[in-house]
Amino acid sequence: MDAIILQTLNGLDKGSAYALIALGLTLIFGTLGVVNFAHGALFMIGAFCAVFLQRILSLSTITIDETQKDFLGNPLKVETPYVHNWFGPETGSLIIDWSVPLAIFFAIPVMIAVGFIMERGLIKHFYKRPHADQILVTFGLAIVLQEIIKYFYGANPIPTPAPDALKGAADFGALFGFDPNVIIYPYWRLIYFCFAALIIGAVFAFLQFTTFGMVVRAGMADRETVGLLGIDIDKRFTIMFGIAAAVAGLAGVMYTPINPPNYHMGMDFLVLSFVVVVVGGMGSLPGAVAAGFLLGILESFASTTWATTTIPGINQIIIYLVAIIILLTRPRGLMGKKGVMED
Amino acid sequence: MLGLTKKDFNLLLIVVALALLAPFILNPFPSSSGMAQFNAGYPDLMQKFVIFGIFAIGFNILFGLTGYLSFGHAAFLGVGSYSCVWMFKLLGYNVLPGILLSVLTSGIFAYLIGIVSLRRSGIYFSILTLAFAQMSFALAYSVLSNPKFNLTNGETGLQVYADDPQIFHSASAPDLPHLFGLSMRATEKLQIGGWEFQFNAGYYLCAIIMIVMFYLSIRIFRSPFGMMLRAIKSNNTRMNYTGLNARPYTLAAFVISGMYAGLAGGLLSAMDPLAGAERMQWTASGEVVLMTILGGAGTLIGPVLGSGLIKYFENIFSKINSTVLHNWFSFLPDGLEDLMVTLIYPFVGKGWHLTLGVMFMLIVIFLPGGLVEGGQRIKRLFTRKKASDTAEDETAKSTTPAE
Amino acid sequence: MGILEVKNVNKRFGGLQALGDVNLSVQENSVHAIIGPNGAGKSTLLNVLIGKLIPDTGSVMFDGQSVLGRKPYEICQMGISRVFQTPEIFGELSVLENMMIPIFAKRDGAFRMHAIENSSNEKTIIEQAEHMLESLNMADQRHDNSASMSRGNKRRLEIGMCLSQNPRLLLLDEPTAGMARADTNNTIDLLKQISDERDITIAIIEHDMHVVFSLAQRITVLAQGTPLVEDTPDNIKGHPKVREAYLGESA
Repeated sequence: MDAIILQTLNGLDKGSAYALIALGLTLIFGTLGVVNFAHGALFMIGAFCAVFLQRILSLSTITIDETQKDFLGNPLKVETPYVHNWFGPETGSLIIDWSVPLAIFFAIPVMIAVGFIMERGLIKHFYKRPHADQILVTFGLAIVLQEIIKYFYGANPIPTPAPDALKGAADFGALFGFDPNVIIYPYWRLIYFCFAALIIGAVFAFLQFTTFGMVVRAGMADRETVGLLGIDIDKRFTIMFGIAAAVAGLAGVMYTPINPPNYHMGMDFLVLSFVVVVVGGMGSLPGAVAAGFLLGILESFASTTWATTTIPGINQIIIYLVAIIILLTRPRGLMGKKGVMED
Repeated sequence: MLGLTKKDFNLLLIVVALALLAPFILNPFPSSSGMAQFNAGYPDLMQKFVIFGIFAIGFNILFGLTGYLSFGHAAFLGVGSYSCVWMFKLLGYNVLPGILLSVLTSGIFAYLIGIVSLRRSGIYFSILTLAFAQMSFALAYSVLSNPKFNLTNGETGLQVYADDPQIFHSASAPDLPHLFGLSMRATEKLQIGGWEFQFNAGYYLCAIIMIVMFYLSIRIFRSPFGMMLRAIKSNNTRMNYTGLNARPYTLAAFVISGMYAGLAGGLLSAMDPLAGAERMQWTASGEVVLMTILGGAGTLIGPVLGSGLIKYFENIFSKINSTVLHNWFSFLPDGLEDLMVTLIYPFVGKGWHLTLGVMFMLIVIFLPGGLVEGGQRIKRLFTRKKASDTAEDETAKSTTPAE
Repeated sequence: MGILEVKNVNKRFGGLQALGDVNLSVQENSVHAIIGPNGAGKSTLLNVLIGKLIPDTGSVMFDGQSVLGRKPYEICQMGISRVFQTPEIFGELSVLENMMIPIFAKRDGAFRMHAIENSSNEKTIIEQAEHMLESLNMADQRHDNSASMSRGNKRRLEIGMCLSQNPRLLLLDEPTAGMARADTNNTIDLLKQISDERDITIAIIEHDMHVVFSLAQRITVLAQGTPLVEDTPDNIKGHPKVREAYLGESA
């Protein structure tokens, strides 16, 4: 029992990332009818927003301290981050320490802007082109974005730790009456899950309860009719693209403490997120979220020593296996609707 | 000739000439000159040109004719590579059984994946093939390489060891891949003036196979079968209401293109007897898509051009480092020299993929028909210019008498 | 007993009764039109006829066999050809190639690798296709790109492609929608010619009264998913119920 709970918890963080990326993919696909191969790159850019902010905050002045000597007897160079000078050493260190959560506020405008530019500058021109062209151009864009990041930040993963206060793990098992030291779960992963749930909730509420969301949902169902009503659906779709980009970016920001970001993390997640979208059912938002968590948790169960000794490497292929089985038995995915992408 | 129209036969002749004379064509600069780094006439690279040419020709039979965009063709390349090395391990270093088996296994593999993936079309199909390829990669990388059952040798890659059976290996045969005793590494060198031309046995084997495969693809393009595939791409709805089940046709195209990929994989192993899982990764699948689109999907010669270009740039561009750049621009004033180097540096050397990505995006946006369409546009520009010139002449002639 | 028998067909979409108790019998070798105002269920009925939609209840029989649940290509093999509202042709193929595809399909498919021009087998296919194009007066367009033709010519080609398979029932969905007057009249003449010369049943779903009254021998008026009346064109014109439901609305 406790093992099941532990593995479920372990699957939540990856599941959250899958769900967030898949949610954005589905939003873009449902509204614009475009399959965005660059969506993983948005996730990656989000993660590098956190890296960028951390670097900016750590920018330092170098002063030469004549009173101290290094081991060669030269005056010691002392680096003082600007934030220390401005806010005092204590608040300054705190700001640097909390750079990842702070990056959320930095990433939201950046990602929305990136989303707008992508949609207005490139994707807009591909609405009428064949799906294959859309896949190809976004695939090209993904390569370009990836290589740009690689040029500036190199190929190695960059450690971006969580704030000290949120490091460590809690013995959740003991809290709920299980044996102590069995269900230990890092704080940050729990935060990530809650954060993801919050964003997912916000997106759904936005679509459900605002007139803007209503029009977008109507547009997802039947674009032409909504266009005929005299509503400027294109502008709304641009905004949706920005939102989808922000969702992917935030997923990336918050994922950095779990997995140090590198330039190809986007593609690694994208391939799996596509599988998630297909399993959930193309065009279904609840399907994308449900499938994201489902596959994340399944992957976690397949990674247990018991599973890997029974079938070596099962954790590597479980998602694909499940996807193939689901598509063979339910060709439209778990919650897919008839008529979406049938041809 | 050979069941081809005159135009197609000429195209075939061009490809034959290019392939057979490649050691000369790709070696235009004397080996001592500064431009020698742009030469591509050495065996390794030439082999890659034709092998990836085969890969792209095969991919084009699926994508160019039916419009089904597979993102998992690298899986077949990988299966072909592994099959070939296994033949080396079991039978010996003769490449023939290896190549044959690689075509066979990749065909079976493509059939199995095709049955499932072709149940859907469009984006679903792309994603399904991508998922299958990634799964194959994961299988090859870790699942199928454990002490109990080691099919792929995981991260190290599959290779031939001294204690492998190699039952047909004889002491007289070379201890490297060979074709009935002719080593694939055998290279004749021809020195003419400052030039050195290399004729490699492995390259010529690949080139001849590529020519045959190119011929086969022309035949497929021009056959009723090919016309049916184009019809499927053009309008699937009409196809369905024409009373024909399209599935067997698309499946056949998928299997054929999978076998081409397997053949390419087998040849890669035949040239260098080492098969690694990274050949199956999605980046490799993406590469063949790039090659085909860049050259011109749906055209005969496009994939050959595309693969040649990408492999050439990959090898040449990635060798350019900042020292080379500084040498090039040394004639400029210092500040300008540094500026040029800073501007170009991100696109060469390790940044070669950035160039590739940008190039690819530009092609998809502005030239969806690839280089072939670009060539046709330029040709049309000139012929139209000529046509309008003569038209002007004629109006001039007709107006003169009236004056 | 007609060649196409629709019995007690009902279809609901959520709360909407799209088709209610539709009974329809199309006689062999006749031209039968189905008309009705927008939202009368014409398209739904057509989708049921070609097996795209499965009705909640009822049956659709073609020559004694049920069409329900069959794949489009199987329905076509039974002898039903369909002409779409927007002409569905192979836009990337030439006119002649367009015409060859259905003939290939009717024969035994085209799993052949030999060059088309050089084989006697394929020559007969080309001959048949050219013959068909001649009868459509399209012979001199045979090497044209089919995508760049006028809508009227595309329609002509599409009908020709259907006819080349010798279907027993030709289903047309608003064949003159979005066409210029001249193209409309050409299409009407073509359809008339076809029904005179061939043993073929034509079922036509149409909005344009001019087309309907110049072609049809029987007319079924559909309103709110249910057949209102079925009669000859002359009787339909004067029918009070029809005026009320249909003509009155548009007048």
